[in-house]
Amino acid sequence: MAKIQLNGKKISIKSNFSLQDLLKKYKLINKKVAIEHNGQIIPKINYKKKYLKNDDRVEIVHFIGGG
Amino acid sequence: MFILLGVVNLKKDSFKVAGKLLKSRLIVGTGKYKNFSETAKAIKASGADMVTVAVRRVNILDKKKPILTDYLNPKKITYLPNTAGCFNSEDALRTLRLAREMGGWKLVKLEVLGDKKTLYPNMIETIKSTEVLVKEGFKVMVYCTDDPLLAKKLEDCGAAAIMPLASPIGSGLGLQNKVNISLIIKQSKVPVIVDAGIGTASDATIAMELGCDGVLINSAIANAKKPILMAKSFKDAVISGRNSYLAGRMQKKYFATPSSPIKGLI
Repeated sequence: MAKIQLNGKKISIKSNFSLQDLLKKYKLINKKVAIEHNGQIIPKINYKKKYLKNDDRVEIVHFIGGG
Repeated sequence: MFILLGVVNLKKDSFKVAGKLLKSRLIVGTGKYKNFSETAKAIKASGADMVTVAVRRVNILDKKKPILTDYLNPKKITYLPNTAGCFNSEDALRTLRLAREMGGWKLVKLEVLGDKKTLYPNMIETIKSTEVLVKEGFKVMVYCTDDPLLAKKLEDCGAAAIMPLASPIGSGLGLQNKVNISLIIKQSKVPVIVDAGIGTASDATIAMELGCDGVLINSAIANAKKPILMAKSFKDAVISGRNSYLAGRMQKKYFATPSSPIKGLI
């Protein structure tokens, strides 16, 4: 178990949980989002090998309507 | 001879931003609509082939919430990621770097705001951000004030397009400084797109008649009573204004000149 902050909210995840697992958990499609991990933008090819640990801060963003 | 030249001009009248050919000189925003279905219908009616989009956190609490890309296919319409809501260079850069990671977007719209009440651009932070983004390989369309000197500075920094405001964002006040917009149009070698403040279709026609390369509209369409009809109205207004600019208006005179010949008067 690990506690991380996702989009400003505290959540619990299993240990050995990757960014790709996180996307799967929230039914998000890899191609339609971008991820920042502890302030660093993570290239899509690294989602599978980037594992999460306690107190990590993750931001998942996508496009919404805007002017 | 003149007529012939006019026809040639119309045929060659293409609109390119950073090497990208656009069919429509109307760029539309995708914010403030009732729902995504209305957004998609309005954009279709507008004829725009480029739309602005914002970058925001995914709603992790509602997994079934519809998303913009389900309604507007980024493969069919050019997404122009913006930095709306950013009040400093750091946030704007972060947003556009994330947008690039999302799908390889290099053509972006930069706006760095300076004041919550007027949403007036902070030009110091805007220039700073433009320099960094250009160095990182972005093609930057830049929202800016209507100051010709600062517009020139942005062009010198490598901006792909200059986007001066007509009046404050979402105000609907229309073109408040035609002289400055004209000065910017005359001096710029990159496209000039009037952004923000356009209130109704005739405002867009006036902007196009001044000779600007395009207009960007969001609130005037989304906040209309019938957004889809207003989108169509803007499409026509932009085409009309452009044709009017290319045709060259008649000269203004203080006194009347009769339209019917005097000769043969009974």
